[in-house]
Amino acid sequence: MLEVKLDKLHLKNPVMTASGTFGYGEEFADFIDLSRLGGIVVKGTTGDRRQGNPYPRMAETPSGMLNAVGLQNVGVDAFCERVYHRIKDIDTNIIVNVSGSSIEEYCNVAEKIDALDNIPAIELNISCPNVKKGGMGFGTNPDMAAQVVSEVRKVYHKTMIVKLTPNVTNIVEIAKAVEGAGADSVSLINTLLGMAIDVEKQRPYLSTITGGLSGPAVKPVAVRMVWQVAHAVKIPVVGLGGICTAADALEFLMAGAQAIEVGTANFIDPTVTVKIVEGLEDYCNRHGISDINDIIGII
Amino acid sequence: MKKYITDFKIVDKQTFGSQYFTLTLQHPEVLPEIAPGQFVEVMVEGCREVMLRRPISIHDVDSKNNTLTLLIQIVGKGTRQLNTLKKGDSLNLVYPLGSGVFSLEGKEVLLVGGGAGTAPLLHLAKSLKAKGITPTIILGGRTAALVPVQEPFKAYGNLYIATDDGSQGEKGMVTQHSMFSKPYDHIYTCGPTPMMKAVARHALQEGIECEVSLENMMACGLGACLCCVVDTDGGHQCVCKEGPVFNAKKLTQWLAQ
Repeated sequence: MLEVKLDKLHLKNPVMTASGTFGYGEEFADFIDLSRLGGIVVKGTTGDRRQGNPYPRMAETPSGMLNAVGLQNVGVDAFCERVYHRIKDIDTNIIVNVSGSSIEEYCNVAEKIDALDNIPAIELNISCPNVKKGGMGFGTNPDMAAQVVSEVRKVYHKTMIVKLTPNVTNIVEIAKAVEGAGADSVSLINTLLGMAIDVEKQRPYLSTITGGLSGPAVKPVAVRMVWQVAHAVKIPVVGLGGICTAADALEFLMAGAQAIEVGTANFIDPTVTVKIVEGLEDYCNRHGISDINDIIGII
Repeated sequence: MKKYITDFKIVDKQTFGSQYFTLTLQHPEVLPEIAPGQFVEVMVEGCREVMLRRPISIHDVDSKNNTLTLLIQIVGKGTRQLNTLKKGDSLNLVYPLGSGVFSLEGKEVLLVGGGAGTAPLLHLAKSLKAKGITPTIILGGRTAALVPVQEPFKAYGNLYIATDDGSQGEKGMVTQHSMFSKPYDHIYTCGPTPMMKAVARHALQEGIECEVSLENMMACGLGACLCCVVDTDGGHQCVCKEGPVFNAKKLTQWLAQ
């Protein structure tokens, strides 16, 4: 009833987790059966180990939060040698979010992940707002976005989802550019660039001054962008941005997303993903829907 | 150590002055083992400006009655909202969190707490006593009213108070207390950052083992979001997952900041 396809990937349901909000999945294994998820997108992985930005890295804002983690991660070699073996047998699609500061770094990471049998897809992160070099820089210019995607396409042979930033004038243009360059799917949105100031201390809350806004506050922006992109490209779209409930997920599906990712809500309720899966089942039952694909893109 | 998400019922609430209160929470089932230093992530209901859970130290555990107690300082919107809870209300927790916990090592043991930092020291003092160790305990605050919980500590160790204004105990900071510079072999501390740094520097200088319990802004409490990091000698580590308790020897960077 809830099965969906994302390029060559079969998802038992459309519910995946957003990179950077679910660790490597293990952190949530006490709370939910990870195999009930459609997919797990693990922490952004770079060529070398990264320390990320200095503390403080987060601030709560109305209906959302800002973060400036800055891609702290163990690096691709440690991922392949250590982390992969701990998570490879989880019965769901384990997708690695691939990040970098240069085209060479993206290619290097993607090529190493390509060799891992139980990783059927990558999410190419050309949209991180919290790193000085690369990241969002690749995702705000259609030519640069196309270039990094076509170079990674040469070394990566499985499903490539490209994660887009909302911090652009025209996200459709970027989506079309990466589609043309060989992306199998696009996921959107990454965080919105934001800022908050502690007026008592008279300084920004984040060590980096600006950071990425996520949570329910961004959801209407995300739904709008998913709707625009889904109508403009032929490849499947993965929707994310502030999803907390099955109704939120359904908004994205109806706007044209083939699958969704749950992010910030994992911090508030570590069982939220499974609740959304159950909520989708319930919705289908209540509305006499035998195949969730029947409601995808109906708006 | 397995973690849970579950509802507790508030069976007791005590207020200490205008800044502090305790909530005693009961669960119908037997509680898991809770190590001193561990914390909970509390769901704050009914305040639209508060979305994320709030990390709160576990102050006391009573495994006979399946209760745990939280000592909470009102510092912002979340804790102010928690203060509106009453006996009989329910509270959703994710717990027990943190793998870096107090080691319970040492023979001549000193506990140093300031303000809300006294919270995890009660469960620690109780656990030390159960191991046959009677700690010296120095609690401090700007004034007597800001050393909220005192009485329960007396059952587990020798309690001394330091207040900035001299309204109780010795006048001055905890590090100036006459019991502070004794030949201890292990110091445990939790409180305001400048206090913990002063305690840790003293301990390192004197070659005394020292464990500090840190409190950083957190989102998940599970080691997933990587927001609450502290600069350790092993790189950035999550206060929620690798901590909240760290050996001071591993915090050279933090101590230098």
